[in-house]
Amino acid sequence: MKNILQFEDVTYIYHTARGELVAAKDLTFSVGEGEFVAIIGPSGCGKTTLLSLAAGLLRPSSGRIESRGSFGYMLQKDELFAWRTIEKNLFLPLEVMHKCTAAQKARALGLAEKYGLGDFLKSYPAQLSGGMRQRAALIRTLAADPDILLLDEPFSALDYQTRLNVCEDVANIIRSEKKTALLITHDISEAISLADRVLVLTARPARVAHAHTLDLGGVPPLKRRENAAFSGWFETLWKELNA
Amino acid sequence: MKHPTCSNENARFLRKRRQHLALVWALRIGVLALLLGMWELVTACGWVDPFIMSSPSRIAKTIASLYADGSLFYHIGVTLWETLAGFAAAVVLGFLIALLLWWSETVRKVLEPYIVVLNALPKIALGPLIIIWFGTGSEAIVFMTILVGIIVAILHMLSAFIATDPGKMLLMKSMGAGKLQILWKLVLPSSYPSLISMLKVSVGMAWIGSIMGEYIVSRAGLGYLIVYGGQVFKLDLVMSATFLLCLLAAGMYALVVLLEKILVKNADR
Repeated sequence: MKNILQFEDVTYIYHTARGELVAAKDLTFSVGEGEFVAIIGPSGCGKTTLLSLAAGLLRPSSGRIESRGSFGYMLQKDELFAWRTIEKNLFLPLEVMHKCTAAQKARALGLAEKYGLGDFLKSYPAQLSGGMRQRAALIRTLAADPDILLLDEPFSALDYQTRLNVCEDVANIIRSEKKTALLITHDISEAISLADRVLVLTARPARVAHAHTLDLGGVPPLKRRENAAFSGWFETLWKELNA
Repeated sequence: MKHPTCSNENARFLRKRRQHLALVWALRIGVLALLLGMWELVTACGWVDPFIMSSPSRIAKTIASLYADGSLFYHIGVTLWETLAGFAAAVVLGFLIALLLWWSETVRKVLEPYIVVLNALPKIALGPLIIIWFGTGSEAIVFMTILVGIIVAILHMLSAFIATDPGKMLLMKSMGAGKLQILWKLVLPSSYPSLISMLKVSVGMAWIGSIMGEYIVSRAGLGYLIVYGGQVFKLDLVMSATFLLCLLAAGMYALVVLLEKILVKNADR
């Protein structure tokens, strides 16, 4: 498996008027092509910084970040634009990247159709449920056909039931589109139910403390939660997180 | 909203609401009629000197005579033109300057103290300067109107531009959007409600500016009539012009509310 994203000894320092803050120190890890990697860490450990670094929105203070391919960023909130229809929201990345061709639009619409947004294309975001909106946000992320998906706690703003359903959806869509994904979350069970590999970060400055390859197979998240090994992993990660 | 079935209870609720609304309107008109009636009564009976208080009938007569000698619409037209010209210029310039300030943080920081001072300064203090610079015509009054309105327009729009959702900014940046794209696709559309509220505030500001301008320097307009009437002790003229001003301001406000309804309907969907 080839690496599609690689962090090598990455250090990132925030400079403020009150001094500097080391958000990440000597961070090293890689994500392979087609892999689903989840990163968990104590709150405030600089998880979002890490995604911004990966997406190239921030430049590391030292170290190297190598990536092959384009990124799609999915945030906590769906961030759909209220003044655009769902269809127009899906086209947003295409417009921004000047890829708004008929073929690309058709591709985006095909995805929407395939994943159950077909009836909502002419609706406005306010008319959709929270789960549907988050699904629309994922399709928007996929619209520009990115090679790597960066997921920044994409379910944390949803209520529990919706969260499980959307998590199921997203896992299904990402697997069937064969995308590489890097998920940041503070929810241990979410990480276990989705990922091929889990990285545990330390408190700030963030470093990779532990890395685990999960052996739960390519089954949907809810099935994974039923797996006997699930609680074992939960316990392990819980302990490591609180160490 | 349309309901497929409308229960009796709902019908009762709607009827009650209609009745309440009718009552409110009846009372509103009643209050006006009562005030005008008492005003007319106390002046007609000589309890209060109509020379000082004027009266509804004298106001009607004054307006009729203004109409007869052809100056009614002239004065209204002058004030209306000054107000609208000042309003339009203040809104457009204010919007553009706010854009510039949003675009460049450096420019914003450099100009911040000047804007704060200009905002705090009572614009009427500039009256003598305006007369000397612009003369005693409508130009001076339009300039005063712009001066009163523009700072509010700038600050209102700037705060809307700056308050653009940081999550959506991050989203745009993650797609590789440039500043112009962020402005065009995100900042401007999300500031739309603020634009409408800015227009509403600016209408009020424009009236303040134009009447204040006419108080300082003018040869025509409703503000001129009020000042002139005060100087020669023609309280009928003062009251008439004030009454006309109320009508115009209410009319313009109603237009803005109508515009808001149309624009918001198109925006919200």
